[in-house]
Amino acid sequence: MLNPALTQRDPAARSRLLLTLVALALLWPGLSLSELDLSVLVDGSNADTMGAFLSGFWPPAHDTEFLLLLGRATLETLAIATAGMALALAVAIPCALLATRALSISALSRGGRPHWWAQAVRWPVRGLLILLRSVPEIVWALLFVRAVGLGPTAGVLAIAITYAGMLGKVYAEIFESVDPLPTRALIGAGGSRLQAFAYGVLPQATGEMLSYTVYRWECAIRASVVMGFVGAGGLGQQMDLSMRMFAGGEVASMLLTFLLLVLLADLFSQLLRRRFV
Amino acid sequence: MKSLARYALPLLLIMAVVASFAYLQLDTSALMSRDGAVQMGEYAAAFFSPDLSAPHLRAIAYGALETLAMSAIGTLLAAVLGLILALPAAGRFGLVTQGASRLLLNALRAIPELVWAALMVLAAGLGPNAGTLALALHTAGVLGRLFAEALENTPSAPSEALRLAGSGRIGAFCYGTLPTLWPQIMAYTLYRWENNIRMASVLGFVGAGGLGQMLYMSLSLFQEAQASTVILAMLLMVLAVDALSGWARQRWVRS
Amino acid sequence: MSVSMLSSSPRTSLTNQTEPALSLSGVSYCHANGHVALRDVDLQIAKGERVALIGPSGAGKTTLLRLLATHVQPSNGELELLGCQPWTLSVGARQKLRGRIGLIHQAPPLPPRQRVITSVLAGRLGHWSLGRSLLSLVYPLDKNGVAEVLGKLDLADKLYERCDQLSGGQLQRVGIARALYQSPTLMLADEPVSAMDPVLAAYSLNVLKREATRCQATLIASLHAVELALEHFPRVIAVRDGRILFDKASNTVTPGELDALYANDQLEGFARVEPTPSQSLHIPRC
Repeated sequence: MLNPALTQRDPAARSRLLLTLVALALLWPGLSLSELDLSVLVDGSNADTMGAFLSGFWPPAHDTEFLLLLGRATLETLAIATAGMALALAVAIPCALLATRALSISALSRGGRPHWWAQAVRWPVRGLLILLRSVPEIVWALLFVRAVGLGPTAGVLAIAITYAGMLGKVYAEIFESVDPLPTRALIGAGGSRLQAFAYGVLPQATGEMLSYTVYRWECAIRASVVMGFVGAGGLGQQMDLSMRMFAGGEVASMLLTFLLLVLLADLFSQLLRRRFV
Repeated sequence: MKSLARYALPLLLIMAVVASFAYLQLDTSALMSRDGAVQMGEYAAAFFSPDLSAPHLRAIAYGALETLAMSAIGTLLAAVLGLILALPAAGRFGLVTQGASRLLLNALRAIPELVWAALMVLAAGLGPNAGTLALALHTAGVLGRLFAEALENTPSAPSEALRLAGSGRIGAFCYGTLPTLWPQIMAYTLYRWENNIRMASVLGFVGAGGLGQMLYMSLSLFQEAQASTVILAMLLMVLAVDALSGWARQRWVRS
Repeated sequence: MSVSMLSSSPRTSLTNQTEPALSLSGVSYCHANGHVALRDVDLQIAKGERVALIGPSGAGKTTLLRLLATHVQPSNGELELLGCQPWTLSVGARQKLRGRIGLIHQAPPLPPRQRVITSVLAGRLGHWSLGRSLLSLVYPLDKNGVAEVLGKLDLADKLYERCDQLSGGQLQRVGIARALYQSPTLMLADEPVSAMDPVLAAYSLNVLKREATRCQATLIASLHAVELALEHFPRVIAVRDGRILFDKASNTVTPGELDALYANDQLEGFARVEPTPSQSLHIPRC
């Protein structure tokens, strides 16, 4: 009844043991490098300072002067995001047109795949878009603050550059993902690339493009607040100042405003997307 | 009338853009004037000769490791905290705790990592500890919500059957629910870790350690050459992580 | 298929325990939607008995087993299991009681990606400490014990396979293996062999019976196949429309009673049951 070959080795045992050992081996240096110390949250003197700070959160500051300041800062954040997106669009659309394979003439006779030199010519533009995307916008913000000084200009430029990269890449991909037949027909019939784009690609791509752009605008609002912490204006800069002064009530008001702002932006973007898409 | 409505929205958008520029009163004189342009040119040129000396590269390597450690430990903590919060958020302990835990998760998510980092610097002082805690808190909100949704979609029959056989709650969860949940937990955690490496490198701007803190200090001391090396390092790290995760996803997501 | 050679009547086969393993009196169960699944059930089963539940689909056999497994609480009536009234106990005590009751599901609720060895090990979670349970999850501690149980059901070679790679019959046997590994005092089986071919079904039932006898456990199984029930179990309880139609020794069941049990007015042109005077009864499957 009992099978003599009972104690077969567990095939998963070796890999699990290895994985556990590797994880433990990496845990020690990880903990020491990150200097993780949860006790600071409950440390005595720290707790007193934090306690005082947090207790200042209630009630949130609501005197008229401060509320006016808050309103101005919020408008500034919105303006930074919108202006930055506008500039980004101005750069992204030409770049996307240059980078996309959907408008390739050499692809006509090769079933949709451009000739190798046609691909190579598009590579610099694609590379540029990747580069613009890869550096986080807050790094650009920091650089521009050093270059042009504190204030919203740095934020607008930072968003313009980074989001140009993001929008450009995604637009190029959207152009390539729509039905290519109308475009190819137009190019094959002798139309210019721009005409083929306007009549072939654009009608199909508009919905997706708008949807993504509105989503990115929402991200830009959050990014503007974050960049404010390095001096790029708006709500973030004010929050940074209030934090340095340990003004708990003001920070609380600003956090609430920020949460409200992203909520409203989310609702607005959903509304826009539903209407257009 | 309909054509008016068609053009109303695009018109409003254009007006909003114009209004934004007007409100900001962007001071482009620094960029547009000849002096300004020359200054910008000089500033930018200083970045084109990065400092590649050995001590600086060693410092950057240490900073990169610090950034990686912050992101890894922060994400790990976040996964544990997120899983703990996901159980009530999926309704396992009643409606009241579900509402409360969902509120907590939303609050943790909504506050951006950098704001958390600034708060943690106040609480824990300068250094990577603040960054790790900030990442842990924010990511716990994100992962907690993802885990709760996954948990709601997991059938409860296996763990119920184990409870019927006398098992304790934790045992029933580990043997009944966790096997189905585990692949999703891993996928979401790895996805957030990838994102967190990017975030960890900039949290240093508010003093939370890593490459970001090095960059901030170099720029404050007007050491552009050193700063550009740090930027290059950050760029390389982001590109490497992108490539690695793309490869890993191809290899393992197939199964 | 061999005919079982039990000659003794069920109630006198094991007489060392006079206290019943379970007793129900006046038990009813009503679903949330108002449908009454069980009405006024009175039942007593002694320790070590082997009982089969038969009856048409929807009669209430599964509900009865779920009541006995303390999965659901009776709407009224008194239920006593292994000397306790389960619904008057604290949660901890009830969990301890459940550890002594093993339920075999018709469709075993096993996570698809889980390996067979872990699924079977889960049977003893009620007896293990938390630390041991967690360790066993990653590194199975009792490989031999599991292999032994699986060997009895001819599944030893599937020890490290994933559950989603098994057939329906193999999965049911894993469910049986888990219950056997639990070594319960009261074994409840809900259609444990429904996905198996006749030979395998008879084999598995024999294994169940043998293990129950070895551990002196009480075994109650609900079965669709009446001939299996009558062949392997000395006592048979027939359930129809939530009531117990008859409760007697298997060798005293008449074809007429089975007819009355499975009669279905809504099915037309159904083959009439032909009574035969032979020892083994040939009843078409319902």
